[in-house]
Amino acid sequence: MQAQLRIRRYNPEKDTSGYWGEYTLNNINPNDSVLDLLHRVKWEIDGTLALRRSCAHGVCGSDAFRINGTNMLACKTLVSRLGAGETVKIQVEPILGLRVIKDLIVDMEPFMNHYKSVLPYFINDEAAPENGRERLQSQEDRARFDDTTKCILCAACTTSCPSFWANERYIGPAAIVNAHRFIFDSRDQAPEKRLAVVGDTFGVWRCRTNFNCTNACPREIEITKAIAEVKKVLATGEI
Amino acid sequence: MAQVKIHTFDAVIVGAGGAGLMAALYASRSANVAVLSKLYPTRSHTGAAQGGIGAALANMEEDSWEWHSYDTVKGSDYLADQDAVDVLTKEAINTVVELEHMGLPFDRFPNGKISQRRFGGHMSKTTGRPVMRACHAADRTGHMILQTLYQQCIKNEVNFFDEFHVVDLIRVDDTVRGVVAIEIATGEFHIFHSKAVMFATGGWGRVWEVTSNAHSLTGDGPAIALRRGIPLQDMEFFQFHPTGIFKLGILITEGVRGEGGVLINGEGERFMGVRGYAPNVKDLASRDVVSRAIYLEIKAGRGINGQKYVHLDVTPETVNRYYEEDGEDRRIDRAYIEAKLPDIADFTRTYLGVDPVTEPMPVQPTAHYGMGGIPTDVHGRVLLDAQKNPLPGFYAAGEVACVSVHGANRLGTNSLTDLVVFGKLAGKDMANYCQTAELLPLPDGAADDVMAEFDRIRNSGGGVKTYEVRNKMQVSMTENVSVFRTEETMKQALEDLEALRDEYQKVEIQDKGKVFNSDILEAWELGCLLDTAEVTTVSGLARTESRGAHARDDYTERDDENWLMHTLYYKEGDGYRLDYKPVTLGRYEPKPRVY
Repeated sequence: MQAQLRIRRYNPEKDTSGYWGEYTLNNINPNDSVLDLLHRVKWEIDGTLALRRSCAHGVCGSDAFRINGTNMLACKTLVSRLGAGETVKIQVEPILGLRVIKDLIVDMEPFMNHYKSVLPYFINDEAAPENGRERLQSQEDRARFDDTTKCILCAACTTSCPSFWANERYIGPAAIVNAHRFIFDSRDQAPEKRLAVVGDTFGVWRCRTNFNCTNACPREIEITKAIAEVKKVLATGEI
Repeated sequence: MAQVKIHTFDAVIVGAGGAGLMAALYASRSANVAVLSKLYPTRSHTGAAQGGIGAALANMEEDSWEWHSYDTVKGSDYLADQDAVDVLTKEAINTVVELEHMGLPFDRFPNGKISQRRFGGHMSKTTGRPVMRACHAADRTGHMILQTLYQQCIKNEVNFFDEFHVVDLIRVDDTVRGVVAIEIATGEFHIFHSKAVMFATGGWGRVWEVTSNAHSLTGDGPAIALRRGIPLQDMEFFQFHPTGIFKLGILITEGVRGEGGVLINGEGERFMGVRGYAPNVKDLASRDVVSRAIYLEIKAGRGINGQKYVHLDVTPETVNRYYEEDGEDRRIDRAYIEAKLPDIADFTRTYLGVDPVTEPMPVQPTAHYGMGGIPTDVHGRVLLDAQKNPLPGFYAAGEVACVSVHGANRLGTNSLTDLVVFGKLAGKDMANYCQTAELLPLPDGAADDVMAEFDRIRNSGGGVKTYEVRNKMQVSMTENVSVFRTEETMKQALEDLEALRDEYQKVEIQDKGKVFNSDILEAWELGCLLDTAEVTTVSGLARTESRGAHARDDYTERDDENWLMHTLYYKEGDGYRLDYKPVTLGRYEPKPRVY
């Protein structure tokens, strides 16, 4: 089958604004991933195409793009998911709300700074157990935050969120997911510090519960639910 | 050097996977450290590790670090240095506990302790059966390690230079002075001037066509070291993981078999046992043994429908039937698989449309892990020769290093153990080194060599595309230097590589710009891949025996009399020189390996 690709292009060294590059690839397979197709464009047709990618199987989080209007990882999106028949049309553009540096590459720094703002690290200043071994945790306590440990910081959620598009100071779903991961970890001792951040003007209350983030997450994290759980803690004061 | 920006640090760490981040945490306590990575740290391939990290915590059943040592040495086909293995297995226990103290969300047993499961080659001396030693967080243990270490680095304000691609080591005689890097976002060259340098750059699996490795694993570290006169050790030993997804190579963790999954051939046989490859532990033999078995089954026409794959079956129906046959009390169900192997289920559903709860998965061996690399001692200090003379200030840790604890074949779970244990020890030693070492002056034109090479690539006009050369290399290496090899196939590979070297000189890139020019970086990476492919093949051709992952059809037996030693490959001009150094033996005398 054939793919007709429209890829958003922009080279800061040449172009004053972005444009659509159009490429036709023959002999593609329904099981090819969008990353496979982007590689064919880059390797066979136009070496100047710029994109980030690494693991190519959905665990490193490098290649979140807006594909046919929806945020997805290119390596985890197969052609068969986008269309069938002799010809499939595929449009690929950078994720929205972050400055485009070149082609599909955006400036991740604002996203990473929001992530870092929630103190995304384990805090427990108590002495470790005297026997020199691990802290104990029940299976139930461990299960409480399992879903939010899966985040790979690909930014598909945050850059699908209308509240983030409206105001880039909103810390966004990914940062809240990572706050959730620690707030609900029974071993962590600093939930109130993180709650102060996520409860602030640019925190969880910017979330309008439209589920774009949940739909966009390639790790199938129930993000809207996690945000709601954080809101509930803020409202009730109980974890 | 007007256009080169110079930074000064005590130490520079290249690579931000498990080893680099662990080293950074330790070294940053007393030294001024920069961590450079060509990716964002959380994109590193440590995050793709699945099944577990090996440590004899004995949380569910009796275990000891000595047993872990024995299994590691046996798994290595007796090529591992036994003093180093003892360091690995003893330190593993404390280091896994330390990861938990850093917040790593391990799965838990009902008693609240870290959950452990079985893995290939890890045995109980008491029962003679596989032991639960693999500490895990579902099937995303590597992801949790990478995230936890990165989180702690944020907490401790480690200096990161993300998307800085290191392309050279600055060495003057027997000292190192720093590294040369390209800032990918601007294309500018930078020099990081330092007292010490650590390479934690990972592997080179992209030498082969079917691999579990990320696109970024192009052997930059070993190739740079080689070009700066540092030998590479035991490069002929490259692990092919038995269970990659057919054609795609995506890893299916050994944890699947640890949870009871079995390998089935086209005749419906559980061939690891039935065909006598590992009559005792069957599917939980070490990886080299299982990969060879799969290869031989396929070669004998017993692939599924005669094709080049076998089935990995973890459906509860099959697993429980074999548990019953083997007299085991355990039983599994759908919920258990979804809880313990969620990512595997996601991969096979996404890429194959196969639900592992109800159907078997098509698998074939996939290029996975380099046992060899830059020779070091247990403190990560890089060693220059068979007499173990160090290159002061130069360190290596993780997959790029060869300590050697994996010898000729690495046991599953020991790569994550290696990363954190030797990342820590190397980080500590490097910080101590920086306390007393002086910052030696930069030589004139420190970046000139590599800048000239980039100019050459930028201006080359031969009309050849990078991917064409890379594909040819990958096809030849997969055909000729794979699970099995012979003199004939390896000579063929060398002939192919020589031709590809000429083609490489004609590679013509299209992107002549500076910003995010991955066109030129991919071309440069191809040079690194060609170097590592050649070292692998030359080292393999010289070793006229079969040991671990180096299995030859023309020399089928292990030859301890002549080959119980490590290979050292030196680049000399356009040629090379091989040398050898003895294996450090210990409690375990080499004997035949039976699983």
